[in-house]
Amino acid sequence: MDNNEIMRKVTTIFQEVFDDDEMSISPEMTASDVDSWDSLTHIRLIISHELAFNIRFDTTEISELENVNDFIVLLKQKIS
Amino acid sequence: MSINNYLLNMGWLSSPSENFSKQLKSFSKRECTAAEIQFFARHSLNINTYSKLAKIINEAIKRKDDLSPLINFNLAVVSSATISFIIPALVSTAARYGIALTVHEAPYNQVMQTALGHNNCFSGLKLDAILVFVDYEGLPIQNIEKKYGEGDEVFDVAINYLLQVKDNLKSRYNAPCIINTIPQTTENLFGSIDAQVSNTPRNLIQRINTELVVGLNDSDNLLLDLASLAENVGLSIWHDPIMYNLAKLPFSQQVVPLFADHVCRLLAALRGKSRRVLVLDLDNTLWGGVIGDDGINGIKIGHGSALGEAYLSFQQYVLKLHERGIVLAISSKNNDKIARSPFISHEDMVLKENHISVFRANWENKATNIIKIADELNLGLDSFVFFDDNPAERKLVREQLPDVFVPEIPTDPAFYASALAAAGLFEAVYFSHEDKIRINSYADNRRRKELRESSLDMNEYLKKLNMTATYSLVNNDGLKRVVQLISKTNQFNLTTKRFSEQEVSSRMDNDKYFSLQIRLEDSFGDNGLVSVVMCEKNHSNWEIDLWIMSCRVIGRDLEFSAINEIVREANKKGISNIIGRFIPTERNELVKGHYKKLGFEFVKDDDGASVWKLDVNNYNQHNVPLKVIHN
Repeated sequence: MDNNEIMRKVTTIFQEVFDDDEMSISPEMTASDVDSWDSLTHIRLIISHELAFNIRFDTTEISELENVNDFIVLLKQKIS
Repeated sequence: MSINNYLLNMGWLSSPSENFSKQLKSFSKRECTAAEIQFFARHSLNINTYSKLAKIINEAIKRKDDLSPLINFNLAVVSSATISFIIPALVSTAARYGIALTVHEAPYNQVMQTALGHNNCFSGLKLDAILVFVDYEGLPIQNIEKKYGEGDEVFDVAINYLLQVKDNLKSRYNAPCIINTIPQTTENLFGSIDAQVSNTPRNLIQRINTELVVGLNDSDNLLLDLASLAENVGLSIWHDPIMYNLAKLPFSQQVVPLFADHVCRLLAALRGKSRRVLVLDLDNTLWGGVIGDDGINGIKIGHGSALGEAYLSFQQYVLKLHERGIVLAISSKNNDKIARSPFISHEDMVLKENHISVFRANWENKATNIIKIADELNLGLDSFVFFDDNPAERKLVREQLPDVFVPEIPTDPAFYASALAAAGLFEAVYFSHEDKIRINSYADNRRRKELRESSLDMNEYLKKLNMTATYSLVNNDGLKRVVQLISKTNQFNLTTKRFSEQEVSSRMDNDKYFSLQIRLEDSFGDNGLVSVVMCEKNHSNWEIDLWIMSCRVIGRDLEFSAINEIVREANKKGISNIIGRFIPTERNELVKGHYKKLGFEFVKDDDGASVWKLDVNNYNQHNVPLKVIHN
């Protein structure tokens, strides 16, 4: 799966979770940039990605996420 | 799909089509009808699709759209863990059960506060039921010092807490509570003995669950048996410590749809919306093969082949459903007479014609047949379940009669019963008073004790097995199984002669031979055809040249009953002696003393074999604790 493909898939998941078809994501984006990004949405994001990519994030990985870029980097590691 | 995935992914539901998500999205932009909502709800949903569907339903309810025939239901949720995630799943699942659900959530981890009315969170609401979700971590016993192996204090604190919560909620809000049993822990302390050592988590959970089951039996509160659901799923899948630590999610997100389904089954049953009729296909559903092509001796049903056993076990489960009150009907594309023939004359069929309320075998479309069955039974299509191995028939019925529930099923018939059970279509919340008495724990303990005491005496044990032996001459129906037993049996085999199908068949209807087949039924079920004895006439004697018995019924004294039977027949035919022969092999040590035990006299050794004789005219019938039927 190349970079573009991953980004497309991640964007679709974000759009589904936030229920916003127009949503675009950027590497430096954090939870505080999006109004509806609360702790429950955060969990839904994690779980949706786990389901879509068939992976599991472990406790340390989840704790160290700071922004969308961290998340994409981690995701790439997990599926490579 | 393995059966475990079938359960987790709720494989009985149709999987969503590719553009399901898009379709759902287009609906969220406009008002939609109850039928449209139900169309979506009947598919298996994931965390995003059930959230979306729940949103559509919530808005429709808020707008007070006409959602009939969905019925409104107000459910309050009180939980010791984070249950917010589960609420959208509850709302969209309820629609599948014909319920427009509104959920009112108490603040996180305020179970007792809510019960005592400290937070007014449900004031002014008319509640239909209260879901009380408490897991082991939610019990107020975490900080009590536990002395392992002694004392009831911890248990008392836990159970009193739960009972107080339940009683206060019920009297404050005047609605029945749904109380869950607590899923077991995977964190053992000592190991296998945990259940025996008081105050270990396993021991406490077990005692609490037992108490809840008994305690709720008399009230109008409802039991949600989460412990058994978690067991079915597997505790190591059920528990998700990562998500528990992250957000106090009480169980893995994978099981959320399944959890919601189990809650909604109770709500549906409470509103009388459980299903009551099971319509079954025949070929490759109740037996293997096609009765019209393969004929009554060619279909696979019953003992002797794994495939036949698989269909048999499904029939046994269906029969149990019938016994608990589920109406059975048949819809099959078949000639009526041919379709009925196995029910009438195949010995291995567990289901008989009298179990079937409506039998429709013809060449009409199955949807048409189901409508006619519904008319005949005078029941609505929403009480119907249609079970068919053929995906095309399932699709047709699902499309033409969306109210009939048509489970998707595994391709392997070995899983038919567990699949039908997993789908939980016949949920009940009440049962008769007699049943209640029967599950009374006191009676249970007494029965267990009785069983233990009585099993010391073999004779008593055998009597309690309620055995019935059915004798018949070897015939075409049993031929395949007889030949199979002959080829497979090594232990209880006096001569280890391996007759072929032709040899056995040529002895049928021939006066020179006497071939007996024996079936045995007991309180554990029907063991099928388990024993064969074959004799050849030599002057006025019968020489037994084959005596075999399946190892699953060894030790039941069936051989004593068989010799009674052989002597009885020999008498009728004017036979004076029965000659037995034991030919030792490496594997039939078990029957070395067989003829002596049965009362035969030793005659001679013959080239390693021993020869035995029984005088028919001086024979005393053995007393055997089983019922005999001649067929």
